[in-house]
Amino acid sequence: MSKTLFDKVWDAHVVREIEGGRSVLYIDRHYIHEVTSPVAFSGIRNRGLKVFRPKQTTATPDHNVPTLNQHLPIADEQSRSQVETLIANCQEQGIELFGLNHPKQGIVHVIGPETALTQPGMTIVCGDSHTSTHGAFGAVAFGIGTSEVEMVFASQTILQPKPKTMLIRVEGELGKGVTAKDVVLYIISKISSSGGTGHFIEFGGSAIRSLSMEGRMTVCNMSIECGARGGMIAPDETTFAYLKGREYAPKGKEWEAAVTRWKTLYSDEDAEFDTVYEFDAADIKPMITFGTNPGMGIAVNERIPSCDHLSGSDKTSFEKALQYMGFHSGEAMLGKKIDYVFVGSCTNGRIEDFRAFAQAVQGRKKAEGVTVWLVPGSKAVEKQAYEEGLVDILKEAGFEFRQPGCSACLAMNADKVPEGKYCVSTSNRNFEGRQGQGARTLLASPLTAAAAAVTGRITDIREFIK
Amino acid sequence: MAIPKFVTFTSQAVPLDIENIDTDQIIPARFLKAVERKGFGDNLFRDWRYGKTGEKIATFPLNDERYGGKILIAGKNFGCGSSREHAAWSLFDYGFRVVVSSFFADIFKNNALNNGLLPVQVSETFLQEIFEAVRLSPNATFTVDLENQTFTIDSTGHSFRFSIDGYKKECLLNGYDDVDYLVSLKPEIEKFENKQ
Ligand code: SF4
Repeated sequence: MSKTLFDKVWDAHVVREIEGGRSVLYIDRHYIHEVTSPVAFSGIRNRGLKVFRPKQTTATPDHNVPTLNQHLPIADEQSRSQVETLIANCQEQGIELFGLNHPKQGIVHVIGPETALTQPGMTIVCGDSHTSTHGAFGAVAFGIGTSEVEMVFASQTILQPKPKTMLIRVEGELGKGVTAKDVVLYIISKISSSGGTGHFIEFGGSAIRSLSMEGRMTVCNMSIECGARGGMIAPDETTFAYLKGREYAPKGKEWEAAVTRWKTLYSDEDAEFDTVYEFDAADIKPMITFGTNPGMGIAVNERIPSCDHLSGSDKTSFEKALQYMGFHSGEAMLGKKIDYVFVGSCTNGRIEDFRAFAQAVQGRKKAEGVTVWLVPGSKAVEKQAYEEGLVDILKEAGFEFRQPGCSACLAMNADKVPEGKYCVSTSNRNFEGRQGQGARTLLASPLTAAAAAVTGRITDIREFIK
Repeated sequence: MAIPKFVTFTSQAVPLDIENIDTDQIIPARFLKAVERKGFGDNLFRDWRYGKTGEKIATFPLNDERYGGKILIAGKNFGCGSSREHAAWSLFDYGFRVVVSSFFADIFKNNALNNGLLPVQVSETFLQEIFEAVRLSPNATFTVDLENQTFTIDSTGHSFRFSIDGYKKECLLNGYDDVDYLVSLKPEIEKFENKQ
């Protein structure tokens, strides 16, 4: 029988199916961080259990960590306590931990791929919704809650209903200044922030195939923002080339065998999806959001839409969002003054993102009065940015390069955007208060962020690049 | 840790006629720093409930004395956003046992079910009927019967039969939890591993 990529990976991990449609799903790789793991550790301890397969779990602190002076003890007492609890729990249970200042520390979804702990065909979970990132490698990867983290600790399995499948195909060539981030913001703006609910998405088509691994990760990362359980892309030569030689990738004969296996991971030609969408790459422009969910995005040179066609609570929600943002229907986004720029997060905190940003700002200067946080996604990204001379370019242009962590993506550490201020952010969520109480987030690509950082305004990056 | 058994009850409700309520609103990230699971109810909807200086925002339904009870009624796509289970914990800790909406985000739904909080998904029309009942009389009551999978507007007698996965229903009714079940499967899981 013909199968989708998702079915192939999922079915190979079902230990048993139980009544009511749930499966006991075996988990190959489990990532944990300081925020969603402590209660799960207490849970198994209270039951008198140990972590069943500690070797398949990897830990790192990321959500809470400061992005300056990481060699000093964490100033915030509660954040410090969470990070210390993670260390103690990992020691007790024999789990490998990439702690602060460890060369492999970073945002879970950046370090997994970077070290090749993430591989095609795996099932991967983490107590964090953006686990969908790892789907870029052809893995079934999704976020789970703390109760489920406890299930994985206790049994290396979780109980899951099998989601429906969705195919999103983007065909054609991406235009100048259009990046993976724009592609995914465009898709979400078309299918809405709940359009993918109940589904697992496979992204395909020539525009998706043409993306680098970093770009593919950006797309899969944000699949959760349209409500999907996860997103994935069939592995191909780009995937294999990325993984080859990385620390935890198979070596020698095992590598050959793995690649042969991975090459079977694609949707059969006549495989059926529950839902299919097709988009034309030529329609995609550099995007920016104007509202308070990631589905509220438009091309940067468009005007904020009106809500006349909406009714009832749809209309109220739309109006509430504009009010929060201090925007009005019909206004142009171009030229609006901004106060902050954040480049980082598991969506766009990889080396390619800083390359793009550095290239765009090279020879220019940071705009007066704009605060810019450039936060690498991992220690490895940080190191590479120094080695490639990107940090020099950034310094020259008046920017400071920080230390790795989630930072202003969710503002759990000190990097908070003040109330009422506008922040062009490369992260993934523009919810009310996400970047600090009252903060106003405008999601965009690293290129659009670069244009904003040097002009102090929302600017069309296409005017910038030759 | 077993979850509390779910029994049929009748209660007033709190209406929250807003769509796409995300987990950052249910419990803002700055309150996720605890290493224990307690006290999250105090910070439920924190930034909608309290102003900058900690004063209660009177117009927010949770602060409106006319409303109360164990049922929260919310606009569609409730619980979108992050996977933080703290969202379900804070609703439960505050005293809610049921959230009614016309649409739930997947991860939230799972998290709720794993913590004894019942997500009741009703049609958009029925949701509007419920909101209407509360508008007409803020102390209107509703009856949630999990055994028969019905949600009833007591004032009109209108009932909605909601669906729930059979396994999860058993768990809620009996207070079972998934970890116990999965641990009992260990021999089978080991056999699965050896086949790989
Ligand atoms: S960078 Fe943001 S979205 Fe990614 S794991 Fe950290 S907090 Fe979550």
